[in-house]
Amino acid sequence: MTDFPEKKACITGAGQSEVGRPSQRTALQLTADACLEAIADAGLEVSDIDGIATYPGKSPLGGGIGPVSPSEVQAVLGIRQPRWILSSGEGFSHMAPIFNAINAIACGMARHVIVFRSVAQATARMTSRESTLMTSGQSTRVDGNNAWTVPFNALSPINTLALYAQAYFDKYGATEEQLGAIAVNNRANAAHNPNAVYRKPLSMEDYLAARVISSPLRLFDCDSHIDGSTAIVVSNIDAAKDLRNPPLRFESIGMSIGGLWVGRYEGDFTRLDADVAGDMLWSRTDLKPKDVDCAQIYDGFSIHVWLWLEALGMVPRGEACRFVEGGSRIAIDGELPLNTGGGQLSAGRFHGYGHIHEATVQLWGRGGGRQVRDAKTCLVSNGGYGYGAMLLRRD
Amino acid sequence: MTDSSPPSSRTLPRLEPETAFFWTSGADGVLRVQRCGSCGHWQHPPFPRCSTCGSEDVAPQPVSGRARVKSYTVNYERWKPGLDVPFLFGVVELVEQAELYVFTNLLMPVDAVVIGKPVAVQFERHEDVWLPMFAPAEDAQ
Repeated sequence: MTDFPEKKACITGAGQSEVGRPSQRTALQLTADACLEAIADAGLEVSDIDGIATYPGKSPLGGGIGPVSPSEVQAVLGIRQPRWILSSGEGFSHMAPIFNAINAIACGMARHVIVFRSVAQATARMTSRESTLMTSGQSTRVDGNNAWTVPFNALSPINTLALYAQAYFDKYGATEEQLGAIAVNNRANAAHNPNAVYRKPLSMEDYLAARVISSPLRLFDCDSHIDGSTAIVVSNIDAAKDLRNPPLRFESIGMSIGGLWVGRYEGDFTRLDADVAGDMLWSRTDLKPKDVDCAQIYDGFSIHVWLWLEALGMVPRGEACRFVEGGSRIAIDGELPLNTGGGQLSAGRFHGYGHIHEATVQLWGRGGGRQVRDAKTCLVSNGGYGYGAMLLRRD
Repeated sequence: MTDSSPPSSRTLPRLEPETAFFWTSGADGVLRVQRCGSCGHWQHPPFPRCSTCGSEDVAPQPVSGRARVKSYTVNYERWKPGLDVPFLFGVVELVEQAELYVFTNLLMPVDAVVIGKPVAVQFERHEDVWLPMFAPAEDAQ
């Protein structure tokens, strides 16, 4: 299995800026903070970086969802001659720049790529709450994906994901308490993450007492908008040998897209179109789900976690609700420690890059009070519209 | 009007070449969905080719307007000023074909909705758009 491109690349450094609601630093300042920390963490100099990639790139929409471009990062960091630059917001979504960086490295286009994800949604919300809704605060008519839902006042992604949650509850007899186990677990882990935005303990009683936003989803089933930036350095495996950290290998990757982003739905609303990503991931490694030491599973909304766990084959179909019930199996000392840094529900909406960063924290043994003992493998999944998954491994 | 919110409170769909027929179909009280003339497959949203056989022989065809609730949510959050809450957002499966889905508002008390409930289309006009809404119908097949 040595021909897969991901075997030729690895993660050598990681960085994360302060996380604010809002931050007093600009999106570009936060981005520079994260990138410089990641480069230094790898033991590299800025002059070693020859590739820059991000999701989604500079967005013409407001709302702080895409505040920084790779070209700005090139300028602000002083990367003189990058050989390869990319921004990508389509397809397999959040992980697209990482997968493309892997390919660029595997075919010799770059040796050390800085991949970043920056958000300025907290600042955007200070001026307009509607700027972070599906319409980005635009009062004009909607088109594309939005045309099928926004006219019916489904103004937030929660309304669509609530359809999945209700269908899942009905089909498998899942309960509110089972879903609440995700939020409670994530918050318990966030208490040990200094960069998490919510660190106060959350009980099941607190969860159930919170208001319903879009049934059956409640306040604490939702992630939170933040200002911040996360960056990783993806390097050629041969160029990583003498660097500061043990390389984190991409044991395997998987990706898929479905019709969600164009308003076309298949199935019965109890699964994401992420199954293909799971199948692809496990087809490229000899490791099995039982070999996963911890998992950072996308939680834009809590229901994503159930759907992703099943798509990745970590639990049988319809069993995620019972697997997480009570929280002991997914706790730090459980059989599958889950969202060990708090996930997006408690650490903020980095669109998956918080999950990736937390994977590096665990595999480099930097978790402190949230460290999973002897973590050597970490499964990461990103995305609610396009889907990416990767299994990271430390030798 | 079957909805209590004023027309201007909704953000309307842009009428695009491939979608305009769907949004204006209710002008004569009939819902239309794109169907392939070659293989008979219904598809929604509309596209310039059939997703099943690849034919470009796709065109709007009338449907019965009968459906069943596939899933639903009661939205309680007032996302913007003037939004009447709670309201039901849902997805219905048209009786013409399995997994032929339309997103909509369900016009019934929020405690009356269940998955599988038979519903039928009615239209709510805003400017040049007829939004297809679905209300309880006991005779859906």
